[in-house]
Amino acid sequence: MLKIENLQASVADKPILKGLSLTINAGEIHAIMGPNGAGKSTLGYTLGGRPGYEVTGGTATLDGTDLFELEPHERAAAGLFLGFQYPVEIPGVSFVQFLRESANAQRKARGEAPLSGGEFLKLAKEKAGLLRMDMDMLKRPVNVGFSGGEKKRAEMVQMGILDPKIAILDETDSGLDIDALRICGEGINAIMRKPDKAVLLITHYQRLLDYVKPDFVHVLAGGRIVKSGGPELALELEEHGYEAVAA
Amino acid sequence: MSALPTRRQEAFRYADLAALEALWPLPVQEIRVAAGEQGASAVVLDGANDAAQDIAITLGDGAEYDLRLLNAGSAYGRILVKVTLGKGAKFHLGAAQIAGGEQTAEIVTEVVHAEPDAVSSQIVRSVLGGKATGTYLGRVVVARGAIGTDGEQSIRAMLLDRTATANARPELEIYADDVKCAHGCAVGELDQQSLFYLAQRGLPPADAKKLMLHAFIAEAFVGAAEEEALTEAALNALDAVL
Ligand SMILES: Nc1ncnc2c1ncn2[C@@H]1O[C@H](COP(=O)(O)OP(=O)(O)OP(=O)(O)O)[C@@H](O)[C@H]1O
Ligand SMILES: [Mg+2]
Repeated sequence: MLKIENLQASVADKPILKGLSLTINAGEIHAIMGPNGAGKSTLGYTLGGRPGYEVTGGTATLDGTDLFELEPHERAAAGLFLGFQYPVEIPGVSFVQFLRESANAQRKARGEAPLSGGEFLKLAKEKAGLLRMDMDMLKRPVNVGFSGGEKKRAEMVQMGILDPKIAILDETDSGLDIDALRICGEGINAIMRKPDKAVLLITHYQRLLDYVKPDFVHVLAGGRIVKSGGPELALELEEHGYEAVAA
Repeated sequence: MSALPTRRQEAFRYADLAALEALWPLPVQEIRVAAGEQGASAVVLDGANDAAQDIAITLGDGAEYDLRLLNAGSAYGRILVKVTLGKGAKFHLGAAQIAGGEQTAEIVTEVVHAEPDAVSSQIVRSVLGGKATGTYLGRVVVARGAIGTDGEQSIRAMLLDRTATANARPELEIYADDVKCAHGCAVGELDQQSLFYLAQRGLPPADAKKLMLHAFIAEAFVGAAEEEALTEAALNALDAVL
């Protein structure tokens, strides 16, 4: 589904990704771990097309489509969802308003009929319920005044509404309390653990992986995948640290 | 007041004098609100023709007035508002200016707190694209003895293009003690992080911009009697400059 080959990317003329390759097939869940500053978020942003993240080499395709030929909104319509490490606050713009527009823009790009107001609200209510988030919170301006954990939960609600093919979830577990961690973990499984979908979890800890069991675990260090393995690799890392395991 | 002004006059510093000449002299629209009474009005300049308005508002003791302005669509649009507040009077201005191309839009205000305990608040939001110029010149005068005055100005402009110009000058002239006057003034561009966030969810850039500008402009019309109509007119004007 997602095929990244020898990806090189720079931020502010500083090379961050230095030849990263990774293939994620439909139905798989992958986890990326790695030290602070390794380039994990940069990978997500580069795939998402964030301005300022310059691809200097390599390729990335989603079901055969060259992602780097697409604008950020077109990548979303192609099925790419990015759960942000630091979700942005947007005063004056409500979740329901922008999500309905976004969902319908995606549908239009895929040649699907738009959702009516009623249909959208029903969908939003269902996904908010799945993440145990009060629907009233979705009527508020995007992330404004939300706690760190609420923002992460709202990211998952958005993922549920937009129903992507592949989700790259950047430290979704950070900021979540114990119950919220379980709810988000179960939410990710309910929304994304399907034969035609895939997930890339970026995390520092095993705790999320207890709920969302990965098929593969990778270590990203110095802008490259330096080690890959099964779920046991995460436990090994947690016990011994990056230096010992991925040296 | 019948001679055509020059740029040496502060209130006409950024005016399009050639356009103004064709409109000159401007009849002054007088609005008087008696003590304890309330009033409200909205001025919408969204026609194709140049337009300039000169409004003078006098509020009696305890009177209240709510004025909303939408300055958009004309090659030259100018609105001058002079307000004099009596004791304990309240004045609120909510204004939006939307200009693109070679348009010039300006709002000039002079709010005089002549007596104690009056409250004035001004919110001005400008969206400027192309080579447009948007100006706000706002003077708040607190007369001698006008203690307990509360005057506020919140002035923000958003530049869609580097070629657009925003002039924002809130000014305070205070001759009394014990007054509370605050002004905030900012000229900026749309937040890139927010635009990327919206795009990542699937919103095309033009729609994302519009959504954010809509939110920005909407602040000018919150609580207005014609909030919906004004907002819609502003959105149409936005479409024209995006
Ligand atoms: N605008 C920028 N200018 C210069 N360097 C930057 C910029 N943005 C990011 N970087 C650098 O890129 C590197 C990778 O950052 P990135 O956010 O991808 O790390 P990360 O692996 O996600 O780390 P963490 O675990 O702390 O989230 C860091 O060294 C960071 O300082
Ligand atoms: Mg990161």
